[in-house]
Amino acid sequence: MPAVSKGDGMRGLAVFISDIRNCKSKEAEIKRINKELANIRSKFKGDKALDGYSKKKYVCKLLFIFLLGHDIDFGHMEAVNLLSSNKYTEKQIGYLFISVLVNSNSDLISLINNAIKNDLSSRNPTFMNLALHCIANVGSREMAEAFAAEVPRILVAGDTMDSVKQSAALCLLRLNRTSPDLVLMGEWTARVVHLLNDQHLGVVTAATSLITTLAQKSPEDFKTSVSLAVARLSRIVSSASTDLQDYTYYFVAAPWLSVKLLRLLQCYPPPEDGAIRGRLTECLETILNKAQEPPKSKKVQHSNAKNAVLFEAISLIIHHDSEPTLLVRACNQLGQFLQHRETNLRYLALESMCTLASSEFSHEAVKTHIETVINALKSERDVSVRQRAVDLLYAMCDRSNAKQIVAEMLSYLETADYSIREEIVLKVAILAEKYAVDYTWYVDTILNLIRFAGDYVSDEVWYRVIQIVINRDEVQGYAAKTVFEALQAPACHENLVKVGGYILGEFGNLIAGDSRSSPLIQFDLLHSKFHLCSVPTRALLLSAYIKFINLFPEVKGTIQEVLRSDSQLRNADVELQQRAVEYLRLSSIASTDILATVLEEMPPFPERESSILAKLKRKKGPGNLHPDLDENRKERSANGGTADHSSTTSNAKSSPLSFVGDLLAPASTAPPTNRPRPVSSSYLLQAPLTPIPPQASAVPVLLSAGPLFQVAASPTPSTDLLGLGSTITTQNSAPPASKGTSLLVDVFSENIAAFPVETPVAVGPVADENFSRFVCKNNGVLYENQLLQIGLKSEFRQNLGRMYVFFGNKTSTQFMNFAASVVCQDTLQAQLNVHAKPADPTVDGGAQLQQILNIECMSDFVDAPVLNIQFRYGGTLQNVAVKLPITLNKFFQPTEMTSQDFFQRWKQLGAPQQEVQKIFKAKHSMDTEVTKAKIMGFGAALLDGVDPNPSNFVGAGVIHTKTTQVGCLLRLEPNTQAQMYRLTLRTSRDTVSQRLCDLLSEQF
Amino acid sequence: MIGGLFIYNHKGEVLISRVYRDDIGRNAVDAFRVNVIHARQQVRSPVTNIARTSFFHVKRSNIWLAAVTKQNVNAAMVFEFLYKMCDVMAAYFGKVSEENIKNNFVLIYELLDEILDFGYPQNSETGALKTFITQQGIKGQTKEEQSQITSQVTGQIGWRREGIKYRRNELFLDVLESVNLLMSPQGQVLSAHVSGRVVMKSYLSGMPECKFGMNDKIVIDKAGKGGVTDEVGKSDLGGGGSTSGKQSIAIDDCTFNQCVRLSKFDSERSISFIPPDGEYELMRYRTTKDIILPFRVIPLVREVGRTKLEVKVVIKSNFKPSLLAQKIEVRIPTPLNTSGVQVICMKGKAKYKASENAIVWKIKRMAGMKESQISAEIELLPTNDKKKWARPPISMNFEVPFAPSGLKVRYLKVFESKLNYSDHDVVKWVRYIGRSGIYETRC
Repeated sequence: MPAVSKGDGMRGLAVFISDIRNCKSKEAEIKRINKELANIRSKFKGDKALDGYSKKKYVCKLLFIFLLGHDIDFGHMEAVNLLSSNKYTEKQIGYLFISVLVNSNSDLISLINNAIKNDLSSRNPTFMNLALHCIANVGSREMAEAFAAEVPRILVAGDTMDSVKQSAALCLLRLNRTSPDLVLMGEWTARVVHLLNDQHLGVVTAATSLITTLAQKSPEDFKTSVSLAVARLSRIVSSASTDLQDYTYYFVAAPWLSVKLLRLLQCYPPPEDGAIRGRLTECLETILNKAQEPPKSKKVQHSNAKNAVLFEAISLIIHHDSEPTLLVRACNQLGQFLQHRETNLRYLALESMCTLASSEFSHEAVKTHIETVINALKSERDVSVRQRAVDLLYAMCDRSNAKQIVAEMLSYLETADYSIREEIVLKVAILAEKYAVDYTWYVDTILNLIRFAGDYVSDEVWYRVIQIVINRDEVQGYAAKTVFEALQAPACHENLVKVGGYILGEFGNLIAGDSRSSPLIQFDLLHSKFHLCSVPTRALLLSAYIKFINLFPEVKGTIQEVLRSDSQLRNADVELQQRAVEYLRLSSIASTDILATVLEEMPPFPERESSILAKLKRKKGPGNLHPDLDENRKERSANGGTADHSSTTSNAKSSPLSFVGDLLAPASTAPPTNRPRPVSSSYLLQAPLTPIPPQASAVPVLLSAGPLFQVAASPTPSTDLLGLGSTITTQNSAPPASKGTSLLVDVFSENIAAFPVETPVAVGPVADENFSRFVCKNNGVLYENQLLQIGLKSEFRQNLGRMYVFFGNKTSTQFMNFAASVVCQDTLQAQLNVHAKPADPTVDGGAQLQQILNIECMSDFVDAPVLNIQFRYGGTLQNVAVKLPITLNKFFQPTEMTSQDFFQRWKQLGAPQQEVQKIFKAKHSMDTEVTKAKIMGFGAALLDGVDPNPSNFVGAGVIHTKTTQVGCLLRLEPNTQAQMYRLTLRTSRDTVSQRLCDLLSEQF
Repeated sequence: MIGGLFIYNHKGEVLISRVYRDDIGRNAVDAFRVNVIHARQQVRSPVTNIARTSFFHVKRSNIWLAAVTKQNVNAAMVFEFLYKMCDVMAAYFGKVSEENIKNNFVLIYELLDEILDFGYPQNSETGALKTFITQQGIKGQTKEEQSQITSQVTGQIGWRREGIKYRRNELFLDVLESVNLLMSPQGQVLSAHVSGRVVMKSYLSGMPECKFGMNDKIVIDKAGKGGVTDEVGKSDLGGGGSTSGKQSIAIDDCTFNQCVRLSKFDSERSISFIPPDGEYELMRYRTTKDIILPFRVIPLVREVGRTKLEVKVVIKSNFKPSLLAQKIEVRIPTPLNTSGVQVICMKGKAKYKASENAIVWKIKRMAGMKESQISAEIELLPTNDKKKWARPPISMNFEVPFAPSGLKVRYLKVFESKLNYSDHDVVKWVRYIGRSGIYETRC
């Protein structure tokens, strides 16, 4: 009955399918399928063996039923039987069924694998192809295990047919994707590379895909592919369109292969061999030239294929970033696309230009298109294209065009889509700050920003404007005036009220001279907004009022009236009520002198990396930014701040304790010492930016204690509005009453008792597991066990440093006889002076004790001092020894210098003993931002644009010791492919070079 | 309030679309089609909520009727209306089919205009509707006729017009019951209930007042205590075939046609009414106690190895030997991997229906107190699925000439004071039919 002539007819199948198609309802379809299944079951069960044709037909029907969405739980055996047939059609159906329905079924898998093995070794190309396709389609782990060794062998065997090679390459690619660990590199890899030279373009195309993937996995093994790929590419590019008959697609020669080759080349840096490099450049030029030629066909396929090659070529040019002419040409080409009527092309052009803008060679060229891009922003219909236009504007912005771009973005903001508003706001804020020459312009821009898109202005943005206004004396008056005018609008955004409240509270006096903005008018204006605002804003406004009392004694009565009103004094919100009560008492009890001190103008904020930038990055993609980085920066900046303060001890304004005066940033409101609040050190150190619901125990200031302020500031995260968090617990540092109103604790004055250097009790092993984490940062938890947690906060300036050590008692019982001492071993004693102030001998359960260490670096050193801690807990004596993270790099002072200076000095430090180089494997992921942060945390100034290769990092700084100053230059060259770093340090002192190199290399 | 009403064919094409309220847009039509008719999974719930819009649907053969609303309506009211709509259509043009709907779409729109007004259901009594919505085209109606229609439709008795005359006053009463059962393999009743209907066809002259009596437990008990009612037994029209000699039944709940005076039922529990002309459903009820199960199914399933299954099913009839059950059909489900079936039965015909995955055994007639059996050998194909067969229950269909609930009609009296015919002149016919609902035995 089965005749060859019957061939693939399978009438039964056709009838069955047409029956199903004709079914009027789902029920009818199910009935028909049930009937057919029963029929197939009885056929399979039947005693007489089925011939190949019927088997194929029934397996086909089962497949069809399965594809309709019904479960098939039999017929697998018959399908496997089909695999051993000699007819192509039967084998094909068998493989089809297996690929669609196979699951890791133990008893059948071995049979299937066996059949595949037979086919692979059959030398019949069609059968081999079928088997390879099946392996690739299933692509399961079992398949990979069975054939990962076999497939490469077929791929590189000399006598394999072209079509089989093609399939084998793709099959291997698939196996490499599903289970890369099973595809092992071997001697075949070298031969795979040579497939790029194959006569058959299909094989080359398949092999290129495979090599691209494998090259990403192990770049070294496939390095040779670069020259071959370039050669192949140049042959394609230079061929006449008729040469590659089957592979010419709408007059474009082998577009897919070209694209793949270009992509492969993007895995590697520009070829070093001049000839190859020249050839590649030639190819790229030809591709760019071709784009200029008139199209050979009007068909969209022609232009699509051509543009695909072009865009890939451009991304290769951008990747290499080494040929200025090419970059500029690419940029011009993209410029043409910017006005193309194809939306997709415009999108791609904008996207590629974004990357071009970051290259130094093409930045200027990109800037010429500014008008077009601005136009795109206004007229594009597709929001995703507009988004790209915004990105490009952001990328191409520099000092020369900042004003124009910011103005355009601002005007676009009014009509922008809601989805991208927040991002635009952030970008405008960053650009305005980054390129502000004139800070009045900056203030205007941000105020406009708040006016146009107040809802999208995140806290970071207005924190930032306040920081900048406070830090620049010249804009304060202008800011106060502008804010005052802006607030006169009948409806203003709450963010504007916040900014207004803060700035008027600080600098209202600067405009009080004008009768139109007299103190009372200012106050009335602010208070008119008061009732429309949320609780945090009201809290801020209350602080502004108390500042007013200090600035303008004449409005004191009015403000006290407001504070005294029931709506404040008995407000349901604890925070507001407490502020009202305290401010009222403060204003009525304290003398003007005290008021003036307490309500001192805010000290300048430490210069810090913009938190807005971090936010933008976070928004762009949470994956590409290391979370540590953000924190790192924050901590670093906080330190920088405190370091600033401690440096000028005589100035009240910059003492760390003058934060008490900063009532606007209530982080520093003070609980009295006689009621210490347990605060874990980690909590103290984390300086949160996000508001947490206010805590009731936050702020009682006991003014009745007389002129003596016993101050232990503790951050209340809820109100830490500016995220400064640089507050200090000084429970033991209450100055003697005789000091009167002096709130200062002069840390360097003589009341520091030099800590008696006693011989320490023999202690256990010195803990240093957290030591290396502190090399690049100054704050954090140093040590922790069940009983004790040790937190650190430190600041360094030149050759001096101060370290706050927080001992947190994690238990509920008191530590008795608590003593902590610092020991400098042997030579270190002469190199480093560490003085510890005596601390309380007891630590209450859950409480925290602070000890201050003053450090002075005499000369460069290698070892680290050890902190010995002794205490009695529940009768037993506990000993803890911790290595203190005081390292040489802490005394780094960053130095900015130009590229020229840098290289000059670099050459001067050329003596062999001055240079230390180390090549090491990356321990963490190689994120540029993280690396930057680490180098900055290390203390050196990060010099941008000094090294010709932008992926390298270059830093410079000076190590201060009491005796000498040591200049340091460093250079870090990451190799992302190999996951390796090369670190070179040149300093004027060999010991310093060695020590710094050791320290820094541990960090990556 | 119903916002709109759509009728679809089996393919989901809209046959009738009538929107009553503005809150229902045209896209509602498509939403129902996409989410219910063409849904990947079969939608079994009659109420579907799509985008804050509720769709209530019923299906008659291949026709979908869907009522749409955005408001919080009484779902029972909507379904009552949909069923009524089906009845009305059936009364006008027979079977509700695509063909008939297409042929009568003008009539259907006319009906929809009449029985639903701004989404509020109106008089949907077929008898009344037929007086003013006719298929004969515009027929010149006299002023008198018109005023008569108006007074009838707006009057107190909207379901019957005056001046009906018959030469022979006849009355047909059918008690139609369906019995539902779920039984364990050991013969224990897991759940059972009977839902019944009393359907009447009356051809009576004038405006007669009727009174209907049955063996409702409350009435009988009251009568028994009081000992006054002389009607008991006297005008018993009964033809019941119950083997048990019990006198009364407990009705769990019941609903009545609008013609029944509910106040009288509430106070005296007597059912009195002025009947509509023609066919109508007088009442519906449900009982759950003391149900006579007409058949007992005894299954025996034995698995012989992995590839064979032996099934033996015995059915026993459990009613008076003089009565005959009809249209008996037993459906024995077979496993999904059945590859062949051999059946032997003593009575009737049995066949393996692959398309339904079941053995269907049909017996035309069977007298009471008999038993019959079937045995089957099922061959199975070994599969790689380790799933065990779920053993769905054996279901059964039949028709018996008595009421399984035990309900008996005690009397049906007709009073017509104005015309000179009395209760004795009316010819009355009573019939009991018990059918199977979901009658299943687990195996």
